[in-house]
Amino acid sequence: MAQCYDIEYLRELARQSRIDVIKMLEAAKSGHPGGSLSEIEILVALYGHVMKHDNDNINMKDRDRFVLSKGHGIPGLYAVMANLDYWPREDLLSLRTVNSRFQGHPDRVRLPGLEASTGSLGQGLSIAIGYALASKLDNDAYRVYCVIGDGESQEGQIWEAALSAPKFKLDNLVCILDYNKGQIDGFVKDVMPLEPIADKWKAFGWHVIKVDGHDIDELIRAFEEAASIKGKPTFILADTVKGKGVSFMEGLIDWHGVAPNKEEAEQALKELGA
Amino acid sequence: MAKYSLRHAFAEALVDLGKKYPNLVALEADLQDSTQSIQFMKAFPERYIQVGIAEQNMMGIAAGLALSGKIPVTHTFACFASMRACEQVRTSIAYPKLNVKIFVSHCGVSAGTAGTSHHAIEDIAIMRAIPNMTVIAPGDAREMRQAAEAAIRYDGPAYVRVGAGEAEDVYTETHHFEIGKATVLRDGNDATIISTGQLMYEAVCASDELRKQGKKIRVLQMGTVKPIDREVILEAAEETGFIVTIEEHNVVGGLGGAVAEVAAEIGKAKVRRLGIQDRFSPVGTAAYILGEEMLTINDIIVSLLEFVKE
Ligand SMILES: Cc1ncc(C[n+]2csc(CCOP(=O)(O)OP(=O)(O)O)c2C)c(N)n1
Repeated sequence: MAQCYDIEYLRELARQSRIDVIKMLEAAKSGHPGGSLSEIEILVALYGHVMKHDNDNINMKDRDRFVLSKGHGIPGLYAVMANLDYWPREDLLSLRTVNSRFQGHPDRVRLPGLEASTGSLGQGLSIAIGYALASKLDNDAYRVYCVIGDGESQEGQIWEAALSAPKFKLDNLVCILDYNKGQIDGFVKDVMPLEPIADKWKAFGWHVIKVDGHDIDELIRAFEEAASIKGKPTFILADTVKGKGVSFMEGLIDWHGVAPNKEEAEQALKELGA
Repeated sequence: MAKYSLRHAFAEALVDLGKKYPNLVALEADLQDSTQSIQFMKAFPERYIQVGIAEQNMMGIAAGLALSGKIPVTHTFACFASMRACEQVRTSIAYPKLNVKIFVSHCGVSAGTAGTSHHAIEDIAIMRAIPNMTVIAPGDAREMRQAAEAAIRYDGPAYVRVGAGEAEDVYTETHHFEIGKATVLRDGNDATIISTGQLMYEAVCASDELRKQGKKIRVLQMGTVKPIDREVILEAAEETGFIVTIEEHNVVGGLGGAVAEVAAEIGKAKVRRLGIQDRFSPVGTAAYILGEEMLTINDIIVSLLEFVKE
């Protein structure tokens, strides 16, 4: 059932979140721009429209759960949640500083509102499965979403998890691959090829949907389709561009884990219309 | 004295706890007979999650279940929980201090003839080094049952060692297991034996034997290796001066290491560590291996007398 949403509002949320990511990373002088920028529309579609959640009641019992398995992409989530009033936008500038709630990788003990402490790649999808199983035990209380990286998909634990979710018939679980083609040491296709990705997840028993990971409408339709699928989990293969939105970062491996300096940040912010 | 299988004692206790705690769920990684989680499966099929041979995934799923208010209890062998899934235990579970209970069977050399790959003589050291983790090693069926309940009631991650074989009853009805507290099994001021896990039986027998020769050896069972009961180590150091530790684990980093750390900090006692002497355990029955590793009652007596004489 399609609910109405304001696409312009969501696009603006994405633009503003990208601006915040750049500001945060510049202030911290470290962090991961590439993967934080590629995932933005996925997070905006989820937090801005699809997911049931409440920034005033972060422990709301039946809230949908989100696990960012590629934990280094956390600046993107910090930004989207700040724009949805989970925390003041100014606080984001404390990224990676001593005693900040906004650590380089998510720490849910320090920052309630996050659903998992990740950062060691490969672990988040299993945690999401635990959430989804608990939801089933409690009569389908909520849905669970998990974003993984393509480089991250080289971890064995991802495939242990991929094998197990269909067994448990977790139709309340959606795994989204931020398919931005890059990792640290190069392109995924060179470091350790993953293709054919869709075939692999299909073979593992998932309902697979391919989308343009920067098209919010398409993402929302995919999440709606996922909600209608019974008896199996859904895998959304989201085609994305690493560093999306900043011309000189797009598609470049070099921008995986390097923060922009002052001039670069200014240039990026200008492009983003800040 | 009677003997009882610790695996069965634990599995029976877990079924009882399952009745008491409706949010308790069990996870298994294809060892349901060996771990005896089959008992929980039969009692509560809807709360039993079989993950297959995928220990890392099991720990992550347990984390997610704990985040949702369940009390997940994982089952596998000690070697696999502590080593194959070590980082999942550390980062997915211990770092956010999640309420996951990792019960591990076939700890120490109790997997015996299955071979060294299946022994776990490193797990206490590994788990002890992880912040937020509680490490428990019960010694007999009564202590096992009490420790199971204590671990389930405790709010936070816990690693509980369960031996594969039968353990001699040592605990009497008056003994009571409490997390973080040692149990005084024998009094005495000539020296102290501190045990953990099933070797408390050997420790008590050694003490009883020496008592016949007029030597009063205190025996402390350290059912919890972490947090360690510093208080009783301090008293033993001051009142007896000599401490011998005994464990089914490498002497590096296990109970011996933990006791030596405390003793060195207070600077008051000499410590000798009995256990596996930093080599891979040989293959054979558990009893054979304990003999090879000089962990029999007689070995303890000889070692203790030598030590005190030195
Ligand atoms: C287990 C583990 N190994 C290595 C790293 C170091 N690391 C951080 S990010 C990264 C590359 C991740 O690539 P990908 O999953 O594609 O993320 P994205 O491109 O979306 O940023 C690596 C290897 C890690 N965090 N965890």
